Amino acid sequence: MNKPDLAVQVGTLSLKNPVLTASGTFGYGQEFAPIMDPSLLGGVVVKGISLNPMGGNPPPRIVETPCGMLNAIGLANVGLEVFLSEKLPWLQDLNTCVIVNIYGHTLDEYGAVAAGLKGVSGIAALEVNISCPNVEQGGMAFGTDPAVAAQVTERVLQETDKPVIVKLSPNVTDIRVIARAVEHAGAHALSLINTLTGMTIDIEKRTSKLANGSGGLSGPAIRPVALHMVHQVVRAVNIPVIGMGGIMEARDALEFLMAGAQAVQVGTANFANPRASLDILEGIEQFLKDRGIHSVREIIGSLKS
Amino acid sequence: MIEASTEVVFNKRVARNTFFMGFRSAPMANESKPGQFVMMQVRSGIDPLLRRPFSICGVNGDVLLVLYRVVGHGTAILSEKKPGDFVQVLGPLGKGFSPPGAAVQPILVAGGMGVAPLIFLSLTLARKDQKFLVGYGISPEVVPLDQLGIRGLSPDIATEDGSQGHHGRVTELLESVLSTAKEKPSAIFTCGPLPMLRAVAQIALGQNIPCQVSLESNMACGVGACQGCAVKKAPGLIKPYAHVCQDGPVFDAKTLDWEVI
Repeated sequence: MNKPDLAVQVGTLSLKNPVLTASGTFGYGQEFAPIMDPSLLGGVVVKGISLNPMGGNPPPRIVETPCGMLNAIGLANVGLEVFLSEKLPWLQDLNTCVIVNIYGHTLDEYGAVAAGLKGVSGIAALEVNISCPNVEQGGMAFGTDPAVAAQVTERVLQETDKPVIVKLSPNVTDIRVIARAVEHAGAHALSLINTLTGMTIDIEKRTSKLANGSGGLSGPAIRPVALHMVHQVVRAVNIPVIGMGGIMEARDALEFLMAGAQAVQVGTANFANPRASLDILEGIEQFLKDRGIHSVREIIGSLKS
Repeated sequence: MIEASTEVVFNKRVARNTFFMGFRSAPMANESKPGQFVMMQVRSGIDPLLRRPFSICGVNGDVLLVLYRVVGHGTAILSEKKPGDFVQVLGPLGKGFSPPGAAVQPILVAGGMGVAPLIFLSLTLARKDQKFLVGYGISPEVVPLDQLGIRGLSPDIATEDGSQGHHGRVTELLESVLSTAKEKPSAIFTCGPLPMLRAVAQIALGQNIPCQVSLESNMACGVGACQGCAVKKAPGLIKPYAHVCQDGPVFDAKTLDWEVI
């Protein structure tokens, strides 16, 4: 049969295929370029950008856990100005959608980063990380309170000319409540899930293995949780959902697509295998070919209830 | 930087819990420089999830050499590889040692498995006047270089229990070499456990001898994407952290914050 059609639509965003890289696992796109071509992907989501450069947390920042890893990088990044001058020009030359992940410590910071990216060419969309601590509200994550999550969304929407994807935290009682609040605030799409909070202890030293104490769990260990939340949210909102959480191979990505995600992001797998995102893309294509399915869109939401 | 499925040529025990492995990749061998490292997938699947970083211990034709100690789950699995098995490897990665130039006697100071990158450096420098000092805990840990097929290197050994060579720490050997040197050495190269590195850096910086330190760290990607392998830079430098995988693993000792590291 002919090559299956891999194109998908995330709201107004047209992706040539449903495989993107997840923020924080693919740097600014250039890091893996010597061994894989990011232009083949549906999109690249770059590391979270804040208004000012952030050095990040003290080490150790990462530790491996059963079928997963904990990280407490501390949102280290070069900051808006250096991103625009040093990182973006290379990304603009890619033949794929570049999605810029943004975050702030206050509502004003979210607004300022979005404003700083307004009118900049070569950015297909913003992805808003609402899992970071809100310094104005005692460090509680923006993404755990529906009203605050909605405020962040509104603020970014006011300051941008680009589609806004809000990335949801799984560290909440009912993710659908946050998803609906963000949808009502006007978000164009949702991506989920961010990492699950966890910790691990060195029993000899009796200290946390991460200098930060706790960290975010990612990798295949979280995949069933992520899949369930994607399934829940897809049914709770009317905006498109991008699914992620421990996707290591094509069959994992297909599960998220069948659950109703319009696209997927590959994160921790990039560390284990720098070609993982492309392998997953090829695997999805092969799955469709083998079954005579003409378009990946026939897979999306095809879960039999 | 090359990503390849490579064939294990040999993988043999050479000292207590210590293995010497060769794997074949001509392009990787051609690119490798002393101080660089590779990320190895010890087996396919999700357990362990992440690759493990290993210093390159040398190259022999199209074969890369690594020397490693079994310290956990990942290295235990690696130690069971047989000739003909394949391992997925990404490398060479990071910035290696900078050559010392033609100046006075370079000194190489290793502790334990820190000997691996310094073997590569020592073979590459191939200088008659170089001093190679290696410290171990006890004699069964001593890596016999002739068993690795490495000729022409005869490091001075120190063991903490005195069972072989100098009784005590390798830093004591370093101090005695420095105190008897006719001219100030032009460079110290070091790799090993952190307390040893701190002591070597202190000695070198105290005597104003340029010192290149090879660090190890937990890391997920090896290419600068995850930012997991942060190391604190000396106070006053603009960015608070450097990354072992990309800015290192070899650093100029004076650029690091030895109080915090």
